[in-house]
Amino acid sequence: MSLPVAPKPALRRFHQASWDEPIIFELSTPGERGVLVTGIEPGVRDAVGDVVSELPAGLRRQAPPALPEMGQMRVLKHYLRLSQENLGADLNVDIGQGTCTMKYAPKVNEQLIRTPGLTAMHPLQDPADAQGVLEIVWQTERMLAEISGMDEVSLHTQGGSAAIWSNIAMIRAFHEANGEGEQRREVITTIFSHPSNAAAAKAAGYDVITLYPDADGYPDLEALKRALSPRTAAIMVTNPEDTGIYNPAIKEWVDAAHGVGALASYDQANANGILGITRARDAGFDVCHFNLHKTFGTPHACGGPGAGANGVSAALAPFLPGPRVAREGDRFVVREAGEQSIGAVAPFFGVIPNIVRAYSWMMALGAEGLRAVAEIAVLNNNYLMKKVLEIPGASAPYATGRRRIEQVRYSWQDLFEDTGVTSEEIGIRASDFGMHYWTSHHPYVVPQPFTLEPTESYSMAELDEYAAVLAEIAREARDDAETVRTAPHRQTVHHTHHDDLDDPERWAITWRAYQRKYFGDAAA
Amino acid sequence: MLGLIVNPVAGIGGPAGLAGSDGAAVQARAGARGAASRAAERALIALGVVASAHPGTRVLTVAGAMGADVARAAGLEPVVVAQPGEPTDAADTTDAARALADAGASLVLFVGGDGTARDVAAGLGSDAAALGIPAGVKMYSPVFAVSPRAAGGVAAAWLAEGGLPVHEQEVLDVDEEALRHARVEPRLFGTLAVPFRPGRTQARKAATPADEHAAVRAAARGAASAIRPGVRYLLGPGGTMTELARRLGVPKTPLGVDVVLDGRRVIAGASEAELLSEIARGPARAVVTVIGGQGFLLGRGNQQLSARVLRALGDDPLLVVAPEQKLIDLGGRPLLVDTGDPRVDAGLAGFIRVITGPSTTSIYPVNAPEHEGEGHAP
Repeated sequence: MSLPVAPKPALRRFHQASWDEPIIFELSTPGERGVLVTGIEPGVRDAVGDVVSELPAGLRRQAPPALPEMGQMRVLKHYLRLSQENLGADLNVDIGQGTCTMKYAPKVNEQLIRTPGLTAMHPLQDPADAQGVLEIVWQTERMLAEISGMDEVSLHTQGGSAAIWSNIAMIRAFHEANGEGEQRREVITTIFSHPSNAAAAKAAGYDVITLYPDADGYPDLEALKRALSPRTAAIMVTNPEDTGIYNPAIKEWVDAAHGVGALASYDQANANGILGITRARDAGFDVCHFNLHKTFGTPHACGGPGAGANGVSAALAPFLPGPRVAREGDRFVVREAGEQSIGAVAPFFGVIPNIVRAYSWMMALGAEGLRAVAEIAVLNNNYLMKKVLEIPGASAPYATGRRRIEQVRYSWQDLFEDTGVTSEEIGIRASDFGMHYWTSHHPYVVPQPFTLEPTESYSMAELDEYAAVLAEIAREARDDAETVRTAPHRQTVHHTHHDDLDDPERWAITWRAYQRKYFGDAAA
Repeated sequence: MLGLIVNPVAGIGGPAGLAGSDGAAVQARAGARGAASRAAERALIALGVVASAHPGTRVLTVAGAMGADVARAAGLEPVVVAQPGEPTDAADTTDAARALADAGASLVLFVGGDGTARDVAAGLGSDAAALGIPAGVKMYSPVFAVSPRAAGGVAAAWLAEGGLPVHEQEVLDVDEEALRHARVEPRLFGTLAVPFRPGRTQARKAATPADEHAAVRAAARGAASAIRPGVRYLLGPGGTMTELARRLGVPKTPLGVDVVLDGRRVIAGASEAELLSEIARGPARAVVTVIGGQGFLLGRGNQQLSARVLRALGDDPLLVVAPEQKLIDLGGRPLLVDTGDPRVDAGLAGFIRVITGPSTTSIYPVNAPEHEGEGHAP
């Protein structure tokens, strides 16, 4: 007698939906409509007048936009099909995006941000009518100040790299205000710090000096001392680094920087492993930032908008970007950026829906809950590391044998040397099991890298399942390398051609550009 | 079309503890010690990968043990275009490489070590791409695939895609007689165009140079902005230095040291004595890159930049220029200097600033070779 519920195999027999779905423009039928908009009532027309004629001629369209014309039901089907061709955070065990810190963004917070009290707000609204949302911004800043130990926090920026840019912009403004802008032209970072630090410093006009790890795989204090000089504007470091290794001499690093008059900037985009355990200011840092979408439970939102938070010491506070929300007595007011401020890096007060989500996330957890997040994230990571390192061919270079904080940059180099199968190919094959990973930032300092970061969100069963998928693919690489090399086999898309994305002559980010570039001007 | 050259005695000296297999005498001693070459076996693994993807492919090769035998054993169809002598020697490899290129081989797979690579480079020049199937004792040159299987994968992809992008890579070899006396002195013997498989779906979290050429250009651009008027620059050998010379608008001797002053090349292929007399005329600095995969800055392929020259250059003698990837490829090992004078070497040891691009440098540890193997490993 067969069981009414068939037992499931140890590894999922996953297969991605594939709909062969056309581009929405190809689905258009002239005249088809989703909503029939009623005409403007005569009373309204009389009261408002001819709005269009008041627009400058250059802003007025000569012809209606070429939008797809479709009924509602067809639009719904189109987007549901596309969504089924995705492998998103709500479907797979999304721990393969290490350094991105994919974690659960509680769905209840989506209800909060859809309340009319928020959706109907306008950033130029009179603050007297916006006391609630301004208080949420202010309270969230105060909580982040407590978490980082910093004196002041701004939630103005719309993402991590924007926040890092603000860090270096404040540092530059600080040195210029002290008359040392011309002298301090160098920024020091480490090869395993998040590369946005080097990028932002370079974009701000600095010469960037990169340090390599010492013999034990830790950030090299001696190299730092060699690099520091009166020309140094700042050190900009991530800790724990992208390898998951925590710099045990972080206080000495900051002290050494201060010793030559430089500032110390802490990339805490991902503070998942240190919430409630260490604080940037306690190590002496002058500046730090968080990504709300990495640490505080807000969605990454398909590449944006995220939300950044900049924390600074009192000495740097005048340079924070603005406008800012302030409390005066029991009222909350909006203050335009001050004289020394680096000004606006983004419009208005930041990404309010994400700030509300992060506020809700922190308030739901409380101080003990935030610390528990860090503890579970670290436990999860070290549990997973033990399982991964049991797979023949996998290793964790640098600080070998030591524990990691919240993520690990692993290597498949041994497996690659045995089989010729690359980490990238393994990551693609993982999608055949309904999982995936990216490899690492470039350049690949760890050879054949993969970076796993389990966070607090994933259960032991999920981590076991993920490790089992990796073990199975490593076995395939030895026994049946061709299957791995030619993967994916159970996906919507087979191989993508990056040449099309690297070549401005070929890339097309709109339908019109696609028509023009591939079918000629007449088609567009 | 694929070409194939097997060095049938490659690696024979390794198991015999002879630190290499160059020359008939060593090969005879290795044979007497009961050693056998694994060249055929390793070639078979690589060709097996090619054969499973492209059964019955025709391969341009050499008669007998230098290619045809193993090609046939792997299930490929050998087309013999060269006949070796008996017993085979280094000249056979050089002749065969030339014959394969003449017969229209676009990618030459060769089985051996650095000595084989050097002989292939001598015959092939830039007429075809080449890729080493690792089977030698010494493999300092970055012209070998990481494994025979990986070499087969690249060759199969080459056939499937009608070619792949190539990197110009240095062919290095050490003097085995010196190696037997515990001295590692690789020299630069030329270059080969080595194919690589670009990533299929490279994760784009950070902007990166699209390829190695771009990285070399970026490093050279960074170095060019460090060049000052009135200073003589002693440009060492290597592709990065050639690119720097191109940016400075001067010609460059590929394997030599050229002296450049205020946008003019004042000496090409300078000797130590010429360098010393140039330095005596005014301020000067040596500009060097990281040679090969071992991390030597001085003493390998640029012996003209001697201890005497370094002493004459003064307190800050070196401008080091290299793409970041060259530092990364050291896998945590330090850069090395070996001028032959321990005091000069000790003065250079510690940390050095390496120009990796416009406005970017890295601080990287430097050791003298007697300290080689210490520290800075992952």
